[in-house]
Amino acid sequence: MKKIIELKNISKSFDGEKVLDNISLDIYDNEFLTLLGPSGCGKTTTLRLIGGFESPDEGDVIFLGEKINDVPPHKRHVNTVFQKYALFPHLNVYENVAFPLREKKMPKDQIEKKVHEMLDLVMLSGFAKRRVTSLSGGQQQRVAIARALVNEPKVLLLDEPLGALDLKLRKDMQQELKKIQKATGITFIFVTHDQEEALSMSDTIVVMSEGRIQQIGTPIDIYNEPVNAFVADFIGESNILDGVMLEDLKVRFSGHVFECVDKGFGRGEAVDVVVRPEDVDIVKESEGMLTGIVTGVTFMGVHYEVIVDIGGFKWMIQTTDFVDVDEHIGLYIEPDAIHIMKKSEYSGMFGDYSSFSNELDELSIPPEEDGDEV
Amino acid sequence: MSKKSSLTTKLSLAPYSLWAALFIVVPLIFVAYYAFTDNSFNFTFDNISRFFTSKSNVEGNEVRTYLLIFWRSLKLAFISTVICLLLGYPLAYIMSRAKERSQKIMMILIMIPMWMNFLIRTYAWMTILQDTGILNGFLSLLGLNRIHIIGTESAVVIGMVYDYLPYMVLPIYSIMAKMDDKLIEAAKDLGCNSAGILKRVIIPLSLPGVLSGITMVLIPSVSTFYISQKLGNGKFFLIGDAIEGQFVANNLHFAAAISFILMVVLLAVMALMKKFTNNRVYGGESTL
Repeated sequence: MKKIIELKNISKSFDGEKVLDNISLDIYDNEFLTLLGPSGCGKTTTLRLIGGFESPDEGDVIFLGEKINDVPPHKRHVNTVFQKYALFPHLNVYENVAFPLREKKMPKDQIEKKVHEMLDLVMLSGFAKRRVTSLSGGQQQRVAIARALVNEPKVLLLDEPLGALDLKLRKDMQQELKKIQKATGITFIFVTHDQEEALSMSDTIVVMSEGRIQQIGTPIDIYNEPVNAFVADFIGESNILDGVMLEDLKVRFSGHVFECVDKGFGRGEAVDVVVRPEDVDIVKESEGMLTGIVTGVTFMGVHYEVIVDIGGFKWMIQTTDFVDVDEHIGLYIEPDAIHIMKKSEYSGMFGDYSSFSNELDELSIPPEEDGDEV
Repeated sequence: MSKKSSLTTKLSLAPYSLWAALFIVVPLIFVAYYAFTDNSFNFTFDNISRFFTSKSNVEGNEVRTYLLIFWRSLKLAFISTVICLLLGYPLAYIMSRAKERSQKIMMILIMIPMWMNFLIRTYAWMTILQDTGILNGFLSLLGLNRIHIIGTESAVVIGMVYDYLPYMVLPIYSIMAKMDDKLIEAAKDLGCNSAGILKRVIIPLSLPGVLSGITMVLIPSVSTFYISQKLGNGKFFLIGDAIEGQFVANNLHFAAAISFILMVVLLAVMALMKKFTNNRVYGGESTL
């Protein structure tokens, strides 16, 4: 596969605060790549470096083998779909989409053909003459996509483009963006803080935190093989426990020795153990590898979220079987449900559900990332 | 909001409605009433026709007095407005792009002269522009020729521009300051260089501010009267001077007629500009 963009050892500070710390990333032709992380992790800054709105303090931005650190945005073969669309309010839908073509002085009949092609692509054929301010959020979103694609960029940058849409529309647009990406063959670089969105759309996910790349991989890799406690916690729900690797394929945690599928760690090495809530089976107390007391049950629709106290550590378990609060239960964990990670700076910070509530979880993810300019 | 406003809304609006009726609508009716009546309050068109037909001698040529004055007022107001726009637009743009602190300082610098009385400002300009004034003193200090500017149309225009420039800058600035930076980034992203951004995004989006700036400068400069007397040495009678003169001479009916005509012309100008500001979406109107 052809590398289209390379970021090499990039650092960037704003007002003395380091927002990108030695980032290196290769982006390939025709892939759907997602920069995922909480606000302030540097994902938007990374996108702006590629778009040409910022230049790196250190390191290089390479586009098809050419260094473009100081090339201004209007000379880059890259277009952006902005967070709040940034449609021109003084132009109608047609003129918004035609904007970059008029700048190129393209002949009128060609402009007309291309604009209509694009409006068809985003399913807004009948809307050419409409004011953009009269459109719904979802429609404005489509206009922004059409406007960014009409120039046939090599790379399309999308800065949390679905953030302002309601859940259902969001799901539809996720599918549609994926379809558009496949149909056009353009590389998409998508910024989001929504892990579900990242998992469902991406070919490659880049998980970022505190200005550094934590992990690069396919959605399945990232979910099943997180490299550290941050990634494990940020992508999906995780119980993260302190463990000790006894030998290859054997790990001890929560006072029990488990078989696992990981090897290559040192004997007696302290590790982080990840167990996903959906991989734990609830059994009778007498049959469990671990036993504990249920301290909370929340009905989630498809499943229950059960909080279990096991020797003072609160686990989250997702199950379709109902258990009641204060019930004593046993847990059964298959070897391949256990994922072992090296200790990292994030060890001990995540993966305990003692203070868990759905509300808090939602609060910690801001609905809009206005502050995420860094 | 419901169509029928509640009683409390109506009550809270009552003082303003009363104010507007007493001090805006009633005086306007009186102006019209006086304009179309003679001294014994019989209906007449004489005052209006006098405006269009009254003649006098200027340097041996017979001219229509009031039409000439009106034309001169429009001309000087137009020149002042254009100069205000040329000075004010870039200033507003620079202000809106400056750091917040600098924006505040520039704003204060623009506002401070407005705190001083308009007459005092005009007197200040007299002392600056006089043949033996500050400007000429400065020029001769530099070894340059003195210029005669007081009592010319230029002096009147300088006075108007100075007095009305803030009214041009402020509406344009307030629109530009509100402009979303992302729109400028979007224009860059879509291939515009700085000139393209200015032409295709900033200017069209700031147009409503420009139009209200033009309105706010043009209207007071058409009807101004004091500046022309002081800086024009009374040689450039403007329509405002004419109205004042007639009032002082107790020709209330004719003064009202001139005012009335001025009002109608200005209303027509404003209506034209309004039409120009609507239809602002290029490439066709909304179907909604």
